[in-house]
Amino acid sequence: MAEPIVRINDLHKTYGDLEVLKGVSMEVQTGEVLVIIGPSGTGKSTLLRCINLLTRPDKGQIWVDGDEVTAPETDINKIRTKVGMVFQDFNLFAHMNSLNNVMVGPVKVKKMPKEEARELAMYELERVGLADKADAYPGQLSGGQKQRVAIARALAMSPKVMLFDEPTSALDPELIGEVLEVMKELAREHMTMIVVTHEMGFAKEVSNRIIFMEKGYIVEEGPPRQLFYNPQNLRTKEFLGKITELYGEAES
Amino acid sequence: MIARLAEFWDMIWPGMGNGLVITLQLSFGSLMIGLFIGFPVALARVYGPKWLQNLATAYVDILRGTPLLVQLFVIYYGLADPSLNLLLTYIGLPDKFLTLPPFTAAYIALGFNSSAYQAEYFRGAIQAISQGQMIAARALGMTRLQSIQTIIMPQALRLALAPWSNEAAYMVKYTSIVYIIAVPDLFAEARRIISAHYNQMLMLPFVGLIYLIMVLIITWIMSKVEKRFEIPGLEVEAHRA
Repeated sequence: MAEPIVRINDLHKTYGDLEVLKGVSMEVQTGEVLVIIGPSGTGKSTLLRCINLLTRPDKGQIWVDGDEVTAPETDINKIRTKVGMVFQDFNLFAHMNSLNNVMVGPVKVKKMPKEEARELAMYELERVGLADKADAYPGQLSGGQKQRVAIARALAMSPKVMLFDEPTSALDPELIGEVLEVMKELAREHMTMIVVTHEMGFAKEVSNRIIFMEKGYIVEEGPPRQLFYNPQNLRTKEFLGKITELYGEAES
Repeated sequence: MIARLAEFWDMIWPGMGNGLVITLQLSFGSLMIGLFIGFPVALARVYGPKWLQNLATAYVDILRGTPLLVQLFVIYYGLADPSLNLLLTYIGLPDKFLTLPPFTAAYIALGFNSSAYQAEYFRGAIQAISQGQMIAARALGMTRLQSIQTIIMPQALRLALAPWSNEAAYMVKYTSIVYIIAVPDLFAEARRIISAHYNQMLMLPFVGLIYLIMVLIITWIMSKVEKRFEIPGLEVEAHRA
């Protein structure tokens, strides 16, 4: 098997008295779509934020594209250019229009000439179906549009892997579809994706592998078919039962 | 009627005109001193190492917690104190080294006082920006400094415009206390005329009116500036944090 794009070994993280990650290890292959599910407060987002060191783990190692992220001498800003991140609450830069939101990364971080960056940004906006909103400020966009611009912003850095931290949780139900559609398109283009989500339909349809996390541990992992129809662990079964009640039966 | 007006004009001109110029100079100069000190103080308070944060906090607390008039007296009379001067010459400094002319004392007192308030306005604006903005910038690979320059400051400065406009309007009125150390500002001129003509029922409302007009003009200019830098949804976005 090829060298994994992301490798995590025995990751631990504690906030005050609360141990959120209790020794998590996993690998993600290039082109893979990995979905992480589990009850809230079980360390899914923390795990994601450790990968680009927005949160520094207390113990354990992470490698991204062969570089050890957790090594003290690593230039974390360089690693972050390879790791796109999409947040639950979008975090678009409020004082910039869509175009500048997408351009600013390549211009400031990669020192790309402005003209080139503008073309790239227009291409990425086109990709998420928002070329016509290039001049709009975040305050003028719907939640779904904001999240699509945020995805374009991350894509403009040509990342090796994309992290999605509950990308649809802050959206009104009728806006979730457009964001999931963009993510599905990315998956079809073989973008490597790690997605924390409660969207079971997306998990079932798009992912190659699902990880079920609870209380800081990986409880179970496997292909979607296995987790949904033949979970080995009782907790996985209970959780999927509850989430189906809440969010409805996943269409497949 | 015309004769009365001409008489009034002779009384106030050119004294009030000179006073007005001094008041405007003092207001603008003190605001700028306050800006150039206050902004770095705000940065120190938000982004500085712990010791610098504490120092900046102490600076702000002392200047905001004591009366402006006391500060003015300390700088003008306090520093000119004979025994202090004796001490200064004793350690080899020139005679009257810290004794300041009224104008200098006025600029220092008003400017430093304003810097403490301006520091608080900028600090408040910086801290009103949602944490997510910094996190998103860092996630793109920007350094901390790049994130502050490119993402945080352009938003914070916009948010600071409204309170800063208030400070500009306050400043024009605060400058009137400098008459007490014999700076011939607008109010000092009005008082001079009053003591010569015993016409305070005329001059006090008149000088008040001039301050009012200045404040209205400043407010109008600042609202134009705010409009110019307005960005749809920015205020809502930032304050939601």
